[in-house]
Amino acid sequence: MADNFPDLIDMRAVRSAIDGWFNGIVSIYGQALETAFLPVLRLLNGIEAFLLWVPWFVLIPVVALVSFAATRDWRMPIAVIVMLFLTGLLGLWQPAMATVALMLTATLFAIVTGIPLGILMSFSNRLQAVMLPILDVMQTMPIFVYLIPFVMLFGPGKIPALLATIVFSVPPLIRLTNLGIRGVNPEVIEAVTAFGATPMQKLFAAQLPLATPTIMAGINQTTMMALSMVVIASMIGAGGLGYEVLQGIQRLDVSRGLFAGLGIVFLAIIFDRLVQAYGKRVQKHLDAGNT
Amino acid sequence: MTDPKIRIEQVSKLFGPNPQAALPLLDSDATKAEIMEKTGSIVGLRNVTLDIAGGSIFVVMGLSGSGKSTLIRHINRLIEPTAGRILVDDTDVVSLSQAALRDLRLHRVSMVFQNFGLLPNKTVIDNVALGLRFAGAGKFRARDRAMQQVERVGLKGFEMQYPRQLSGGMQQRVGLARALATDAEILLMDEAFSALDPLIRHDMQSQLLELQNDLNKTIVFITHDLDEALRIGDQIAILNDGSLSQFGTGEEILLHPADDYVKRFVRNVDRGRVITVTAAARKMPTITSADISIDKISRLLVAEDARTVFIVDEEGQPTGAISAASVAHHAAADDGYWREPKHILPVTRVSSDTILADALSDVAESEVPVAVVDERGRMIGAISRQSALEAMTGTDGPSSGSQRSISGPHQRSAAT
Repeated sequence: MADNFPDLIDMRAVRSAIDGWFNGIVSIYGQALETAFLPVLRLLNGIEAFLLWVPWFVLIPVVALVSFAATRDWRMPIAVIVMLFLTGLLGLWQPAMATVALMLTATLFAIVTGIPLGILMSFSNRLQAVMLPILDVMQTMPIFVYLIPFVMLFGPGKIPALLATIVFSVPPLIRLTNLGIRGVNPEVIEAVTAFGATPMQKLFAAQLPLATPTIMAGINQTTMMALSMVVIASMIGAGGLGYEVLQGIQRLDVSRGLFAGLGIVFLAIIFDRLVQAYGKRVQKHLDAGNT
Repeated sequence: MTDPKIRIEQVSKLFGPNPQAALPLLDSDATKAEIMEKTGSIVGLRNVTLDIAGGSIFVVMGLSGSGKSTLIRHINRLIEPTAGRILVDDTDVVSLSQAALRDLRLHRVSMVFQNFGLLPNKTVIDNVALGLRFAGAGKFRARDRAMQQVERVGLKGFEMQYPRQLSGGMQQRVGLARALATDAEILLMDEAFSALDPLIRHDMQSQLLELQNDLNKTIVFITHDLDEALRIGDQIAILNDGSLSQFGTGEEILLHPADDYVKRFVRNVDRGRVITVTAAARKMPTITSADISIDKISRLLVAEDARTVFIVDEEGQPTGAISAASVAHHAAADDGYWREPKHILPVTRVSSDTILADALSDVAESEVPVAVVDERGRMIGAISRQSALEAMTGTDGPSSGSQRSISGPHQRSAAT
């Protein structure tokens, strides 16, 4: 069956031009980039090593305590203990910690880059006009597409997996930081300005604190998206729970895939509830002023 | 008069994509809607010129959209004018650098907002200390000074609460304390009490007046409520569609509204609380005590078409009154000479700057009209029940009637 759309331009030439350009970049900068990201790899490995170094019977109570501190509700630590214990029971402790390490590192970098970008975006309508379509593309582009250039630059491994996870998970945080700051009660901003605040004082005294609930929602989404990326990231060597799922697919091993999937669900529930509870506590005093 | 504290000179503000293009139209008689249609610019202010005296409460009034909130924001340059100058103590606010402008906002002009504008994540004391912290004061020093203001507005004991834990009136007292804490001489209050219940609003007005007695700040107060304006304002400016309609004391505006827009405002106001007895007083026939005779009194009563003749001494101070009824009674029986001092009725006097409402009970109780006297006790006129009612409802008495307004065009001494 013939292709019914005419070949107006020679796509092979365009594609080979793009491929050639990118290959050039890889050959020129590949090595330098790999060195540059070495500290990031060390951080990721450090977190993973630490999580595995802490005995499970210490880690589970600590997470349970943190969850109680965040929620002030006794049901939460019980759920945390049960879920983490089950994860261990299913033989997934080690991959689960690898996944948590990847997710935490990705979230950390997403926060460090995403919040400042969101702040800048909230200050400039022009930057917002440029950024919004870029963020749209970042969020709709199939995840696998990110993997290709990162793998080419760094080779399979944890660094490309981490970078792809960051790129995939940072857009909601940028979006919501921007939205949160723009949504701050204008009268409060006007009041702060009228009392002589510098732009920095305005940002730290009013805009960021009042936008915190929205920013926390962004962080929550970022952690969830980072977690959802782990299966795909495992295809390029991230390891962790995703790798277990992948093995399940490759070997048609239903139980293996199912258990690893459950492990991911448990982690997702724990992080989601923790971040949400923390966000609510931050929000406690903000009700009156943010209407 | 000394130099004004704040001077607003020919300030215009246009909102829109190309404000400068619409500027020449402001001098024409094009209306706000016409300018909008022609240029796409919205008129915020139109050639407003105002002098605001130091140490006074200056009220800017108007309906929503009249530009009053826009005007007040020019004083601390939260809004930049399209044309004109704003002088604060002879400093041209428009030409200030960012640093100098910040200095103005930190130390010289502070502001209270309609919906309070408090930081919900900070306690009362830290909200009050906000301006001091921005000025670089240490946390504890700032709290120390803020605490004095918290006490001044009567919120001692609430300093560690968060704004959402307080009622609206209390939140606005936090806003007021925050504005006072910077020791700025100028206080801008943008519909500061409009979001409050009527009773709370009244309390806040009283508190503001008390504070003003102690502090003697220059207060620019925005409101859409004429009763509020009349109660607290030393001077009132009325804005309509960005232009100044009228400017004067409350009484001037009530008694001589400049145009229909001002009249509409004035219509429903409780005039008795604002106007003085002078505005309600009418010229009365008077006679000196040496001159009393039935004949003269009768002729005066007929000539002036009056019901009462006041007796004044040589200085012009009222000493008593004779009513038409007792004259008629005597005229029938007597030989023309007044020999009955007991029929001279006592006269209640009120000084000419008394608020009409405060004199009403005297007017109601007195048998004869209440005499209005100047600072030396001389009689200016008198308020009858009828003239009091006329003044309070804003209707003028019949022009050919028995009593003429003393401020009317045809003043004539009744004693001649």
